[in-house]
Amino acid sequence: MSGSKRTIREFEDDELYDEEPLPKKKKRKKQINKKDKYRNRELWVVTYIFIFLMLTVIGNEIRFVYTDSETVINNSYNPRQEILAQKNVRGSILADDKTVLAQTVRAKDGTEKRVYPYSNLFAHVVGFSTKGKTGIEYLGNMNMLTSNASLGEKIQKEISAEKTIGDNVVTTLNVELQKVAYEALGVYDGAIIVSEPSTGKILAMVSKPDFDPNNIVEMWDGLVNDDSSSVLLNRATQGLYPPGSTFKIITSLAYYRQNGGNVSNYHYNCNGSFTYNGDRINCYHGSNHGSVDFATSFAKSCNSSYANIGLSLDLGELESTCNDLLFNEDLDLKFLTGQSKYVLGTNAGSYDVMQTSIGQGKTQITPLQLNMITCAIANKGTVKTPYLIDRIESYNGTNVKTYSSEDYKTIMTEDEAEFLKEMMTGVVERGTATKLKGLSYTAAGKTGSAEYNAVKTDSHAWFTGFAPVENPRVCVTIIVEGAGSGGEYAVPMAKRIFDTYFQIKGLN
Amino acid sequence: MALVISDMSKYVIAVFMAIYTFEAFTAFNGKDEEKKEGIYTRQVICMFLVHFVSFAAICLETSDLSYIIFYGFQQILLFATIAIYRVLYKDVSKLLLNNMCMLLSIGFVVLTRLDYDKALKQFRIVAISLVLCIVIPYLMKKFRFLDRFSWLYALIGIAALGIVLCLGSLTHGSKISYTIAGYTFQPSEFVKIIFVFFVAAMLAKSKSFLQIVITSCVAAAHVIILVASKDLGSALIFFVVYVAMVFVATHNYFYLIVGSLCGCGAGIIAYKLFTHVQVRVQAWRDPWSYIDGKGYQITQSLFAIGTGGWFGMGLYQGDPTAIPYVEADFIFSAIAEEMGVIFSICLVLVCLSCFIGFINIAMRLKNEFYRNVAVGLAVTYIFQIFLTIGGGTKFIPLTGVTLPLVSYGGSSVLTTIIMFCIIQGLYCIRAEEGGRHVRVEEDD
Repeated sequence: MSGSKRTIREFEDDELYDEEPLPKKKKRKKQINKKDKYRNRELWVVTYIFIFLMLTVIGNEIRFVYTDSETVINNSYNPRQEILAQKNVRGSILADDKTVLAQTVRAKDGTEKRVYPYSNLFAHVVGFSTKGKTGIEYLGNMNMLTSNASLGEKIQKEISAEKTIGDNVVTTLNVELQKVAYEALGVYDGAIIVSEPSTGKILAMVSKPDFDPNNIVEMWDGLVNDDSSSVLLNRATQGLYPPGSTFKIITSLAYYRQNGGNVSNYHYNCNGSFTYNGDRINCYHGSNHGSVDFATSFAKSCNSSYANIGLSLDLGELESTCNDLLFNEDLDLKFLTGQSKYVLGTNAGSYDVMQTSIGQGKTQITPLQLNMITCAIANKGTVKTPYLIDRIESYNGTNVKTYSSEDYKTIMTEDEAEFLKEMMTGVVERGTATKLKGLSYTAAGKTGSAEYNAVKTDSHAWFTGFAPVENPRVCVTIIVEGAGSGGEYAVPMAKRIFDTYFQIKGLN
Repeated sequence: MALVISDMSKYVIAVFMAIYTFEAFTAFNGKDEEKKEGIYTRQVICMFLVHFVSFAAICLETSDLSYIIFYGFQQILLFATIAIYRVLYKDVSKLLLNNMCMLLSIGFVVLTRLDYDKALKQFRIVAISLVLCIVIPYLMKKFRFLDRFSWLYALIGIAALGIVLCLGSLTHGSKISYTIAGYTFQPSEFVKIIFVFFVAAMLAKSKSFLQIVITSCVAAAHVIILVASKDLGSALIFFVVYVAMVFVATHNYFYLIVGSLCGCGAGIIAYKLFTHVQVRVQAWRDPWSYIDGKGYQITQSLFAIGTGGWFGMGLYQGDPTAIPYVEADFIFSAIAEEMGVIFSICLVLVCLSCFIGFINIAMRLKNEFYRNVAVGLAVTYIFQIFLTIGGGTKFIPLTGVTLPLVSYGGSSVLTTIIMFCIIQGLYCIRAEEGGRHVRVEEDD
């Protein structure tokens, strides 16, 4: 660089700061600050940009630890679980009244064994922790491996060279209801979910065929190699079934929406079957329902009438209703769920439309999702997030963390929920579920008989409903594989469960 | 008993770290340095306590007394650094000096816990660096013509990067280092400083459009060589530093906007061209689908931070070595895992305090060259921290850069110590050049 240029720059620099002498020092300082401010304006911009970036990084880290980390770290790829298992005895899983559902028992030689006192009863929902982790053993894994025992106790344990005891998971499950549901399902395969529509608490969850988690290691090879019955699958949350007539809830909702909330003009004359373009839909076992209005079509579960309704539906409306009701999406829940499928599209042929509107065709639903839809109807259109873990306690009962009920999504309006509630009350009053009529409590629901192969007599029996109608407190969804009609097989099971619920919790 | 003490120690460490961090920001309040003497003393005490309690926990956990000796040497080195720098240069920023030593001490603690041999090696390099760099502020004060060598800086920078590209050994898929006499150098680290000097000198000379174009071409050459060496993290740092320096020096938003647009364009082109960029972006967007392969590092890092929680698992209670390259690229996750998320946030804030210290001197310097240097080094420093911590917490894709002063890596730590010493030199220069300015303020 040449000398002259340098001098010019120095001169400029000086000019910037050596301005003409000012009478007062204070004024001069102000002037300099002003100049500094102007000179540094862009530097301030850069500074703020980077401070902002770093604060976002911190914010992101806090958000991760606060909201996501609990689910993230409960991953079988996280080696820290092993470290915690070395330090702490795995905590227990308890029912809502603190009855032990799973606990770790230590032998004198220090070996540990996970014991499930109820054997098969809670097989799927509680799960197992050897051979991978499933059910609540998976959901609460990190909690049970962590100990929130007081420091004094930790010191005591360490001095006596014992392991600290991990926290207990208190579930929402009720032993009595689980027993009744388990026994009600009897020898059949299938699933039952009992839940609380106002909170989302799952009170009972049964899936059959089942297994004894106490012997999981011994039975493992047999269970894994058996492809036909898929014993390990929790049918309540992951089983995909044709919805059968329970789908008429959705067809009705779409029709209600399409007609602006007025269905009083609908009439149909049923003679046991419906034919369109040479395709024929029969009512269940060929029943002849005669002249029916909309509510009666639903109560009697008239296939012919619903095939007729289906043909009058705008398929876009039906599709958007299904999407509102959580079809074709992974449910945002902490446990594994199957994805319900609605695949009719908007250009389907008339036969497919007729089949789909009565719940046959290619539509598939999990019992859990049907339970969630039913809960929404019972709860003014809003689904609460279903949950199994009520709270975490240290081993001596001190509360560590309580999980509270959360809204999952509002899937229909209050008016629509009220409409479906009335329709489902009709099913009990004068339709396919009259076995629930005239009891000490009122009930509402929908039955279904889902045909799953060409042989006519084979059908899955469905029931989904809630009680009492005025102020729904309990919601039950039942699928009985290959049993027959829902009204005959599933409704009596629902009755036993409702009876037990009100016996335990009282009618008010 | 050891378990209980290490369990307790994490809370103690977090508290003292929090106090230190708080003081690191109160130190910016007010102008009277003498009144702030108390702040700096409290900081030194907190630093000592964090370091001491950490090593107490380490000794208890390992029952190995050799750690005590190692701790002693570290303590002597850190206190000697603080004392000697303060005695030799009365105008140094004591806050930056404290912050530098705090970050070094955290690095020693974590590296000792992760890998004792690497910690020893790191300690030697830090000790040598601190001794060598002690002359830097003096040289800066003495040689006031550093702004004359702009083309020499460019030549050295491009040559160093070019040699690595041609000869360099392959490390982790990118050619970024070469080995002389058993020591592996990563020239891109040192070139960061030379590059800042080059840009600062060019912009101090002239801010004409032609000058900017010429400078941009040379800067682009640096970046392109780095991209060709697949060292995309460094390439990104050079680019961002250049845009920031031009923007601040020219006071012209046009360059900021054009620079940002070029950056976005280059990013898209890099994504289209390079599979390893695509891999990193995929691993960032959905690491869980690739948990066995490309998502392994980031998911292990998240497990570490998440399992540690607010107060951490305690030293030796976690499993940080499950993260590949934990001592370099993922040291932040190891700190969060065992010393806690609160501690790790304080660490980020201390780094931010350093950045503000760098910017602070840039704002006060009159000489344009020095001012540009301070701005460039400040941005180099903070942007690297943003990349490494943002990458480790899945805020941005991984770029594989180190956490300055804390991570293992000789080139990285030496470069950062040089940077801090240059900034200290600028503080000394400012005190000399701005006597008049300061007097005006004191008179009020």
